[in-house]
Amino acid sequence: MSASEGTDGRLLLLSPEDNVFVAREEIAAGEIVAVEAAWVVVAATIQRGHKLARRPIAPGEKIIKYGAPIGSATKPIACGDHVHVSNIKSDYTATHLVGDG
Amino acid sequence: MVDGPAPMRGFPRADGRKGIRNIVVVAYLVECAHHVAREIVLSFRDRDVHLIGFPGCYPNPYAQRMMQRLCTHPNVGAVLLLSLGCESFNKSALSRVVAQSGRMVETLTIQTDGGTRRTIGAGCAWVAATLDALAAQETVPMGVDELIVGTICGGSDGTSGLTGNPAAGRAFDRLIAAGAACIFEETGELIGCEEIMASRAATPELGDELRAAVAKAARYYATLGYGSFAPGNADGGLSTIEEKSMGAYAKSGRSPIMGMIKPGDIPPRAGLYLMDVVPDGEVRFGFPNISDNAEIVELIASGCHAVLFVTGRGSVSGSAISPVIKICANPDTYRRMEDDMDIDAGRILEGLGTLDEVAGEIVALTRGLGAGMRTKSEEMGHQEFILTYKSFEPIGPACLPG
Repeated sequence: MSASEGTDGRLLLLSPEDNVFVAREEIAAGEIVAVEAAWVVVAATIQRGHKLARRPIAPGEKIIKYGAPIGSATKPIACGDHVHVSNIKSDYTATHLVGDG
Repeated sequence: MVDGPAPMRGFPRADGRKGIRNIVVVAYLVECAHHVAREIVLSFRDRDVHLIGFPGCYPNPYAQRMMQRLCTHPNVGAVLLLSLGCESFNKSALSRVVAQSGRMVETLTIQTDGGTRRTIGAGCAWVAATLDALAAQETVPMGVDELIVGTICGGSDGTSGLTGNPAAGRAFDRLIAAGAACIFEETGELIGCEEIMASRAATPELGDELRAAVAKAARYYATLGYGSFAPGNADGGLSTIEEKSMGAYAKSGRSPIMGMIKPGDIPPRAGLYLMDVVPDGEVRFGFPNISDNAEIVELIASGCHAVLFVTGRGSVSGSAISPVIKICANPDTYRRMEDDMDIDAGRILEGLGTLDEVAGEIVALTRGLGAGMRTKSEEMGHQEFILTYKSFEPIGPACLPG
């Protein structure tokens, strides 16, 4: 894990291949943060442990975290967007998403 | 003056392995003998006398094998077996295995040795004499290349996969580079990691075994109605089951996977091994591992001298037989429970340390356990132990290539 050059220190890059950062602490909505020499406005508050796009990600493209695919984009994701259940899905099996509680 | 780390020393055993502890194990062979065994152990509170046992009255080959492995673990110097007398556990076979390993062993049978009070008295006398004998044993130099180290995570939260687990993974990489054997497990929490895990396998056939083990775990947990992705995971920032799994998988580091073992199988050489902890065959006996300590016991049965335990919410567990190094992934938890935590990995989130620094601390403490250091849970007397019913088929030939 490391800070990335030109990137806000609250964003962690877990593996060099990753296309998402992880927030080490909360980043409030409306903040302007540096993402690898680009400036992006954070649309919604990103809590500790949540993901933020490192670069634009096209629908169907793999989300890479820990250097490994953790799912695919379901809609276009812009650099700096919150990456979560609203814009990515499991590539494994949806059956693990049903039957909660 | 620059001091290097203190050299590791170990207790040599007849099978060529070395222990970093020289413990007297008191083992009850059925729950009915538990109290007598515990009373004996309590008489030696601050000595290295640990309580283990199997509660079942009905025979189970897995439990028999686990007890044989645990009682001949390199950290164990001598064994006192506590039988009620009418249980079905094969105590003579266990006693024979321990004796053949060169260890002192005694069996007390409560029904024939005069009941509770007299058996406790006889047990305490044997342990006292045995501790004196063990104290006279000499240690010999020991290297990291003689260590087996396991890892688990428990009480996980959103920080576990960010700090503690990857730091443990880097520690594994360093230990393996120095010649140690390292074991990770929890196949039920590796769902979604099977392809990337298979790609790290030493041979394609081993890769197939790794995939099959995860598929077996998925089936087993589905039958139990367990293994879903909970809403709380999403609150913590996890979006998919494979993301959750990858957080746990990070404990394995980046070394090639040299083999797949089952509980009680001892890694034959250096390198990284996956332990398949999910029983074979139809689902019976309930949950595979009912709590973290069931997994820790299985790692120790496979020879682990020490176990790296990554926690976010804050487990306090230690273990009988082998030290447990607690790595706290969450900085808030660390502040609340510092007395229980050996390693503060959560500080990485606060920019106060790096994964490599924390990995270095984990490796240093792991080595240090062989040079007189003790873990927080050891200092506080934690000796958790649990062993329940399971059934396994032996591993296939593709599981240990080369």
